[in-house]
Amino acid sequence: MAVYKKTYRPYDGASTSGFSRLMVIPRYAFDDLHRSKFLTTFFICSFIYPLVCALIIYVQHNASALQLLGAQGAQKLISINVTFFQALLGWQSMMALFLAAFIGPGLVSPDLANNALSLYLARPFSRVEYVLGKMSVLMILMSFMTWIPGLLLFALQGYLEGWQWMVDNQRLAYAMFFGAWLWIAILALLALALSAWVKWKPAAGGLMFGVFFVSAGFGATVNAVQRTKWGHILQISNLIGQVWVWLFEGNNPTTSGALFFRITQGEEIPLWCCWAALAALAGICLYMLTRKIRGAEVVR
Amino acid sequence: MMDPVIELDNLEVRLAGRVILKKLNAALTGRSIGLLGPNGAGKSTLMNTLLGFHPPTSGTARVLGRDIRTHAREVRGLIGYMPENDAYIAKMTGVHLVRMMAELSGLPAEHALERAHEAFFYVGLGEVRYRGLGTYSLGMKQAAKLAQAIAHGPKILFLDEPTNGLDPPARLRMIQLIQEIRDRGDLHLILSSHLLRDVEECCDQVLILKDGNVAAFCNLEEERRANRRFLELETRGANNGSFVEAMEKLGCEAATGAQGRLKLILPDKMEVRQLYEVAAQQNVQIRRLNRKRDSLEDIFLKAMEAADGRL
Repeated sequence: MAVYKKTYRPYDGASTSGFSRLMVIPRYAFDDLHRSKFLTTFFICSFIYPLVCALIIYVQHNASALQLLGAQGAQKLISINVTFFQALLGWQSMMALFLAAFIGPGLVSPDLANNALSLYLARPFSRVEYVLGKMSVLMILMSFMTWIPGLLLFALQGYLEGWQWMVDNQRLAYAMFFGAWLWIAILALLALALSAWVKWKPAAGGLMFGVFFVSAGFGATVNAVQRTKWGHILQISNLIGQVWVWLFEGNNPTTSGALFFRITQGEEIPLWCCWAALAALAGICLYMLTRKIRGAEVVR
Repeated sequence: MMDPVIELDNLEVRLAGRVILKKLNAALTGRSIGLLGPNGAGKSTLMNTLLGFHPPTSGTARVLGRDIRTHAREVRGLIGYMPENDAYIAKMTGVHLVRMMAELSGLPAEHALERAHEAFFYVGLGEVRYRGLGTYSLGMKQAAKLAQAIAHGPKILFLDEPTNGLDPPARLRMIQLIQEIRDRGDLHLILSSHLLRDVEECCDQVLILKDGNVAAFCNLEEERRANRRFLELETRGANNGSFVEAMEKLGCEAATGAQGRLKLILPDKMEVRQLYEVAAQQNVQIRRLNRKRDSLEDIFLKAMEAADGRL
């Protein structure tokens, strides 16, 4: 019907599936993000490090390229090993933190600022779907920044080095995949929870950095004042770092963690404490979301 | 007997330790149902409970036969909701928001886009549909809320205080839109308001709430039909008595008051014109003739006066 025929008419056409409804939120969010030149540039820039890594892997396996560069012995300087992939994951994860701080606050706070949640939740669309829809925006983008390039580089290295290398180092692939997902889940939950709690976008973004850097500083202060190592339990980067080391190397690590997520030798806390602290953080974020993501707010 | 649109079955809702809805029982069957009551009576809580925003503490309710406890998602699929307060995403354009909401209701993207445009033209915002919602005036925001509530073609439309904050022309336009939607007969309408006029102009059934109780329930359509035959007259002339007798012979019920005042209930087949003819024959002047119009106000005031909120 033409729009100029101003009348109300019921809808009796087909309905979409639950999954496609879930995808409505990320689709609209990506449309919105695409309009921001800064975010688009930042996202593209986040692929520079993986591209450099790909170049290193290629050059490592190409003697003529090394000769051309006049660096015949260069392959001995950079080896493609645990440290190489840990550094990649660490750097990319730090980029993901910045991305989450830029994008995360804009996901939920505009809906809460003017009570738009009641519009979402008055439809066949649940609170869980709303949160998953919003989280998926961050999850998709951060996946492209972390484990997807990580696994592509792993595949490239395996292709150039041989099948046996892949079999021998398959733990690296698992570690990058699960380690990145752990970081993505924590970041996404934290970004949404802070965005839901602090309705003002810039404040929510600032708080995102605050949670990481202030808690790290506070943990270090506790360690220094109390002469203990338990302050590390407040440092999210330390907790993630320890879990990553375990994922990459098991119980006998030879490294002290990834770039930006390094752990101090001799100050490791038990691994189960790291898992428990991360689970508690996720639990707090979920609780914050449960309290704030409601169709109608109850005035107490 | 029509199937109930909404059935309340001992519905109790407790929020923040306070009982807001107290064991409500009702079966609402009308095409357009008004929820009336003073502020804090529980009208919005009832709507929010039917939408699944608040879980019932005990009892349940059914919307078009679907239980809100067990079929909450299905119930929400039937409803178009216009909330009381501001509800929009400031940075989005009007048509963008309505399109997204229609898609979330299950419409394919192309249908959602088409219907979002239609809805905006229908509510009179066609020319501003590409403007950011944050720049809309209060009246435009109300109309945009109505657009998002109807864009997906719901079976029931929940309107929570739709004329809140509107100036008289905007209120009139909103009421006309609601009446138009109602008169098409494609959907049921639940209108919550504390304004008697809004409810009277748009609804055929009214549930009056007070302090979380059902204070009264009435069928306005039947009341109107009855009131159409109820007249109040002021007459002048010596033959008032014979005029009354003549009217009674024609089947009217009559009660005389002081200073030529009369109350008449006309029989079904009698026209008001006949009344003037009889008055002329009896040499009686009819100085004033009123149809009884304030039935809802009477019912409302009576409900509010009852101590426990129940009639």
